[in-house]
Order: sequence, then structure tokens, then C-alpha cells
Amino acid sequence: MTYKIMAIEELAPKTKMFEVSAPHIAAKVEPGQFVIVILSEEGERIPLTICDYDKEKGTVSFAFHEVGKTTKELGKLQVGDVLANLTGPLGNPSEIKNYGKVLCVGGSVMIAPLLLQVKAMKEAGNNVTTILGARIQDGLLMREKAKSLSDKVYLATDDGSFGYKGLDFLVEILKNEKFDRCVVMGPVVMMKEVSEITKPYAIPTIVTATPIMIDGMGMCGVCRVTVSGKMLFGCVDGPEFDGHKVDFDELVQRQRLFLPEERVSSLLWEKNIGGCKCGRHKA
Amino acid sequence: MVDTKPKPKIKKIEVEMPKQDPKVRVKNFSEVALGYNEEQALEEATRCLQCIKPQCVAGCPVEVPIPEFIKCIKEKKYAEGIVTIKSKNALPAVCGRVCPQEEQCQVKCVLGKIGDPVSVGRLERYLADWERDNGLQLPEKTPPTGKKVAIVGAGPAGLTAAADLIKLGHEVTMFEALHLPGGVLIYGIPEFRLPKAIVRNEVKYIQEIGVDLRVGNLVGRIHTIPELMKTGTDAVFIGSGAGLPRFMGISGENLGGIYSANEFLIRNNLMKAFDFPEYDTPMRIGKHVVVIGGGNVAMDCARSSMRLGADVCLLYRRSRDELPARQEEIENAEEEGLVCKFLAAPLKFTGDEKGWVKSMDCIAMELGPQDDSGRRRPIPIKGSEFTMETDTVIIAIGQTPNPIIQRTTDGLKVNPKRGTILVDENGKTSIDGVYAGGDVVTGAATVISAMGAGKTAAKAMHKYLMTKK
Ligand SMILES: Cc1cc2nc3c(=O)[nH]c(=O)nc-3n(C[C@H](O)[C@H](O)[C@H](O)COP(=O)(O)OP(=O)(O)OC[C@H]3O[C@@H](n4cnc5c(N)ncnc54)[C@H](O)[C@@H]3O)c2cc1C
Ligand SMILES: Cc1cc2nc3c(=O)[nH]c(=O)nc-3n(C[C@H](O)[C@H](O)[C@H](O)COP(=O)(O)OP(=O)(O)OC[C@H]3O[C@@H](n4cnc5c(N)ncnc54)[C@H](O)[C@@H]3O)c2cc1C
Ligand code: SF4
Ligand code: SF4
Ligand code: FES
Repeated sequence: MTYKIMAIEELAPKTKMFEVSAPHIAAKVEPGQFVIVILSEEGERIPLTICDYDKEKGTVSFAFHEVGKTTKELGKLQVGDVLANLTGPLGNPSEIKNYGKVLCVGGSVMIAPLLLQVKAMKEAGNNVTTILGARIQDGLLMREKAKSLSDKVYLATDDGSFGYKGLDFLVEILKNEKFDRCVVMGPVVMMKEVSEITKPYAIPTIVTATPIMIDGMGMCGVCRVTVSGKMLFGCVDGPEFDGHKVDFDELVQRQRLFLPEERVSSLLWEKNIGGCKCGRHKA
Repeated sequence: MVDTKPKPKIKKIEVEMPKQDPKVRVKNFSEVALGYNEEQALEEATRCLQCIKPQCVAGCPVEVPIPEFIKCIKEKKYAEGIVTIKSKNALPAVCGRVCPQEEQCQVKCVLGKIGDPVSVGRLERYLADWERDNGLQLPEKTPPTGKKVAIVGAGPAGLTAAADLIKLGHEVTMFEALHLPGGVLIYGIPEFRLPKAIVRNEVKYIQEIGVDLRVGNLVGRIHTIPELMKTGTDAVFIGSGAGLPRFMGISGENLGGIYSANEFLIRNNLMKAFDFPEYDTPMRIGKHVVVIGGGNVAMDCARSSMRLGADVCLLYRRSRDELPARQEEIENAEEEGLVCKFLAAPLKFTGDEKGWVKSMDCIAMELGPQDDSGRRRPIPIKGSEFTMETDTVIIAIGQTPNPIIQRTTDGLKVNPKRGTILVDENGKTSIDGVYAGGDVVTGAATVISAMGAGKTAAKAMHKYLMTKK
């Protein structure tokens, strides 16, 4: 099996979408599932959510933000390059049904996979309102696509330099409009905030937990997430959970467990690029 | 074969296996036991009495023809010797190293009554290593039967079933969920007990005889077993192991620095975190590691932690006599500096302001009457609570089968309590054409019993395939 990169789209600075050949994954994947990417023999296994697929061409797409060693290394790859391994589809597919009115909230790079859900929700007959949020305007990815897929789109940035300022406007929306379901994909702080906002209105709110993972298939337990006081595994019980029941503070804390090591890894890599393309070997 | 010449005196003491010095080896991940050289192998082989009714063979779960292969060593017919072993055991380099021989083949050896039994495992290892140095022997091809078989999981059970079925002429596709094949042999058992190059070599053999191995394929997500059966696969063998870690359900278990044994071992063995940042996967190991448990898995975690530079304390709720780990491994670990705390169990973990574990509350235990497992049950002693400082905890209290396959295969009967797949004496499950074996059936057991199950199932599958229309 060769996992060849067929196309690369730059969605924003340091944010890319790869279309990769993987017919057996494309044949099975559904919205909400993820893949695990391995770049090389020495590489780590990182989970990325599938944001598009083409069953006929046999490709799957994922989008990533260059935050650390592995995503930066991934960002250096070109069309035609090959990934060492791609495992998937992993995780449970999203529940897509005709709920009526659905609110979809996406933050930063997770906007890309959110739009796959928006599309599926639309196809299932829902009226879909989409909110895109990011730190700055650049992070509001795929705005045109969001507009073409949704009934209504709101944009927001953290400082209000573009669109609404923060998510306070959502409180106002909910005062006037009734939603039957809410789907949030984005940074944990965002998912936490949205879940807190929807809770008083009892809108079932589904979040995508992104704990650290290794195998992604239930073997290591590093991805454990506390939901309603119970220990669940992000990879096999999730990745989607009831946002009103997730312990977000613990999730953030567990995501940061290896921050010092990740920094070392990233710094070493940056120091070494300029050698071969993979950046692992010095010039 | 009866020897008519006067017999030389039998040596009662086994030939020792050279080992790395404990002080040196605790600082590296290289193999501890170094293996016999030719002279040592010949000397040990000479001790075997070539019994007419060899008891040792009865002790081996796959019935390796032990006297026959030892005779080959004696006569320096190494190539023939390895073929003799491989007629029954596809992974001799692995078994020679990690089989609990002291409970299997060697415990039955007649020489054990007057002295040390013949070191069957070490001799098996000698031949397998000889073969690796001298090129693999491929068996002759059997005419194809036109039947298609799928194997789920490339651990010892799956690898054995695959080897046997392809030798019988079936077309074999093996699906492995991880990116590397070998199961526990690759992700669980550490390098210093079983070098990964050996596992790779054994897998290469299976591929060279024609098995189509597909890594990164999680059956149940990529295709389910019913889908495989509907799309041209005639029979399936499930050897998916017992890879789901068990936690204790006590407060503070999600703090940083608390690893399941599987996480710790996967980081280290599969992802090579001990070599971070050469390898990308990180691993933080503190100064005071507590390993909870007492089996082989706990020993492997403890000995790996020592090699990463930590002081290690093993916390076990029963006493030393009940330690389920292999005696040899306990001794090796103690030589390397392991400290054990028996008759104690954890109650809760406390963390620092960054969310990392800093101490754990425990309670002392005493042994009560025997429980179902035949071991004396540990009972907490009231008022005996105490606190231990620790910065890393590894929970090694057992694994259960991963439920993905069971959840995605309608009609597959499982033990509702243990999650293990139910099979008959031939390894057949509740579904026609679907067989299972290894840890997914028995719960965590041994390499050789998993291989035995793979063999039994392969035999039954062959019969099923050849009679099926
Ligand atoms: C189910 C799942 C789906 C995901 N989908 C996507 C996706 O579609 N696109 C995408 O860009 N990322 C996604 N992630 C996060 C992604 O896996 C991590 O960003 C990636 O592992 C970073 O690797 P790195 O080596 O580049 O950075 P690292 O050096 O590992 O980390 C750099 C920074 O990212 C943080 N980080 C590490 N892991 C995570 C995580 N799991 N979630 C959030 N922050 C993390 C670290 O704390 C650190 O600050 C997903 C994670 C999960 C569990
Ligand atoms: C740390 C440790 C030390 C041990 N030490 C010893 C020892 O010294 N001696 C000894 O005899 N035994 C030892 N054992 C036990 C022994 O390793 C196991 O009993 C044996 O490996 C079981 O073999 P198996 O083939 O049933 O399963 P496994 O070896 O667990 O292999 C199962 C394989 O199936 C794959 N898989 C799972 N689900 C799927 C799926 N849905 N689709 C595709 N693939 C899947 C897994 O990724 C894995 O590779 C040890 C175990 C551990 C964990
Ligand atoms: S396979 Fe294991 S039990 Fe059987 S002879 Fe070899 S070492 Fe002994
Ligand atoms: S029982 Fe012992 S002495 Fe007899 S054949 Fe087996 S290994 Fe040799
Ligand atoms: S990532 Fe290992 S169990 Fe979920």
C-alpha cells in the first residue's frame, strides 16, 4: 500500500489540506472518523480528522495546522511524496440524522472536518447554521465553502478584528432561535465555552475530544477522557462525546502532558532543516 | 534408538547461558541472555538421553520433536535441526527465548529428576539463531487449493495459523491493526528479552512463504468479519489478542505520569521512546517509579524503567510466593536492583499543581483464604494506610480483549464477563468458518499457548475448507 499525496491545498498560513491515496480507507470512512499518520520509521503516530473523501478516486483528505515537530514535517511534504503509514478509519462515525435545526461550530483547523459534518447534516435534511471561529481572520478557513453548504454562517475572531468578537453573540442567537442539536469541533477551550452556552437551553451538544493518542484503537489508554465521571477512551468510545458531560479541564491538562518534550523535538527539528527534505538529517 | 556402546557419565548440571553483567545491562536495552556458542550447544545437546518416550515433548504445547532436533545438533546437522523444529513451531527464535520452559518442556525432562533438565529452550534458540546467520530455509510449495483465508492480527497466534494454512496451499491474507506486525512480541516484550530484529526476521519468513500481510488494517473498522466472509473469504482466524488495558478505578488515575503497562510498553518498544528525540515519540520517566502488579508484564515495565534510569519499586498485593511472573525474570530483575513491596495496594493518587502524580496512598494487605484462582485472597488491614512518594506509576494489572471485533461481528458468542471469544476444542467460534485462538480466547496467556491455538485452528480450518463446497 502506498499512501501517496495526490493534492495539497494551503488553507491559510501554516495550515494545509492533503489529499492522500488510500482506497481501502476511502471505501469505509464516514464523517467524524479519523486516521493516524506516520511519516517515517522514526516518526510518531498522530491522529488527524478526515475532512473529505472520494470513494471513486480512492482518496481521503485531512487538514492540519503546523504546531509541532510532526505537523511541521508534514507541512514540508510535496505532491507525490509518500506517507510511511496511514491507519484508519478510526473512531466512531458521527451520528447524522434529520434533527431539524442544527448548529455547527468550528474553530481553527477543525473547521475543515466540521464542514464535512455540515454537508452530511444538510444532506440528511437539516437546516444548518454554521459558526466559524478563530484567533485571527486568517484562521477562518474555507469561508466560501461554509457559506455554500450552510443556511446561515456567522464568523468570529477572538479579538473581534473580523466578524464578531468572541462567542458572546451565540448567547443572543440562542435567546431567539431554537436548535435541536449542536456540533462543535475546535480547540478544547472553544468546545468547553460552547457547551457551557448551550447547556441552559438543553441543546444536545456533541464535541470532538482530541486527547493525546498513540495507537488509536484502544490499546494504550493514553486517550482517556472523563465523561460523566466515567473513564472512557477517546479513540474507541469517541472521539465524539456529550459536551455537557466531558471534563474539559482534565482534557486540556492531559493534552499538555508532554509539552516540554514536544518543544525539544520541535526545536531540534527546526535546527536541523536544511539537510534533506525530511529534516531529520543534517545537511 | 538404543545405543549399544557403554554410556559416558551423564552430566547433571546444565551448561550456563552467558548473560550480560547486571551492572552493565541495567544501563542498556541490549539482550540480557547472550545465547550458547557452538561448543556450549554441543555440550548441552550431549546431555539429552534421546528418550524413546520423551516426556519433554508432552510438556510442549505444540509438541516440538525435541529429541530429534537435539540429535541434529549433536551431529552438527543444524540445517536439518531447524527444519525439524519448524515442522511444529514457526517461531523458534521467539519460543527459545520467552517460553516458560521451566513449566513446559523442561519441567517434564527425565534428567530433571537427577539434576538439571536439558535446556531445551536454549538449544532451540541456538538452532534458530544459527539459521538466521546462515540464511532462511523455505519449505516446498504445496499446490494451491483455491481457498481464501483471512487472519486477523499478526501476533503469535495469527502468525502460526497463517504459516500452517499457507503451507497447506491456501491463499492467506493477514490483517494487522498496528503499523508493525508481531503483536505483543513487537509492542510488549522489551528489546532486552526479545530483540525486535528477531521478530522481524520471523515475520519475514511468513511473508516469504507467501502470506499477504497488510499492516494498519483494523478489522471491524476497515472491513468487518461478516463483510470478509461475504466477499470471497472462505474462512477467518481471529488472533486479535488481549490488548485492552485495565485500570483500577481509583481517584487520581488520570494524572500525568500514570501509564497503563501497555502505554508504557508501546511507547518504548513499538515507538522506541527510549531513544527520544532520535525517535519522535516522547516518554517521561521520573526518579521514583512504582509498578503495580506482579506478572511478566509488570516485570518488563520495571526492568525497562530501571534501564531508563529510575529507582523502581514493585507494589504487589499478595506475597512473594504468589508472584505470577517467571522465576527467571524475577531473579533477573532483582539482580538489576528491583525493590519489591509485597502485601500492599494503592487507594488513591495525588497530583502536583501541574497535574502530575506526586504521591500515592496505599493500604497494607494480609492473605486470607484461597479464592477461585486457588491463590490466597488479599484482604486490606484496617488502619494500615500509608503514603508513598512517586513521580511515575505504571499500572500492570492485566489486559482484556479489545471489543472492536466482538462489537462488529453479529452472532459471535463471547464470554460476557471477560470479553473473550468462545470456541470449541478446535478453535471454532459460534459462526461457521470463523475460528479464533490465543489471548482473545484465553485472556492473557503465553506465546506458545497462542501458537498452539493457532495450530489447532489451522488444522480444523483446513478440514473445513477441504470439505466445504
Ligand atoms: C481524534 C483527533 C483528531 C484530530 N484531528 C486533527 C485535525 O484534523 N487537524 C489537526 O491539525 N489536528 C488534529 N488533531 C490534533 C493533532 O493530532 C495534534 O495537533 C498533533 O498530534 C500534533 O503533532 P505535532 O508533533 O505536530 O505537535 P506536538 O509537538 O505533538 O504538539 C504541539 C502542540 O500541540 C498540542 N497538542 C498535542 N496533541 C494535541 C491534541 N491531540 N490536540 C490538541 N493539541 C494537541 C501540544 O500540547 C503542543 O502544544 C486531532 C487529535 C485527535 C486526538
Ligand atoms: C509485556 C508482556 C510480556 C510477556 N512475556 C511473555 C513471556 O515471557 N513468555 C510468554 O510466553 N508470554 C509472554 N507474554 C504473553 C504473550 O505475549 C501473549 O500471550 C501472546 O503474545 C498472545 O498472542 P496472540 O497472538 O493471541 O495476541 P497478540 O500477541 O496480542 O497479537 C494480537 C495482534 O492482533 C492485532 N489486532 C488486534 N485487534 C485487531 C483487529 N481488529 N484487526 C487487526 N489486527 C488486530 C494486534 O495489534 C496485535 O498485533 C507477555 C505479554 C506481555 C504483554
Ligand atoms: S516451543 Fe517452547 S515449550 Fe515447546 S519445546 Fe520449544 S521452548 Fe519448549
Ligand atoms: S526428556 Fe529430556 S533427556 Fe529425554 S529426550 Fe527429552 S530432553 Fe532429552
Ligand atoms: S489512543 Fe491508545 S487507547 Fe486510545
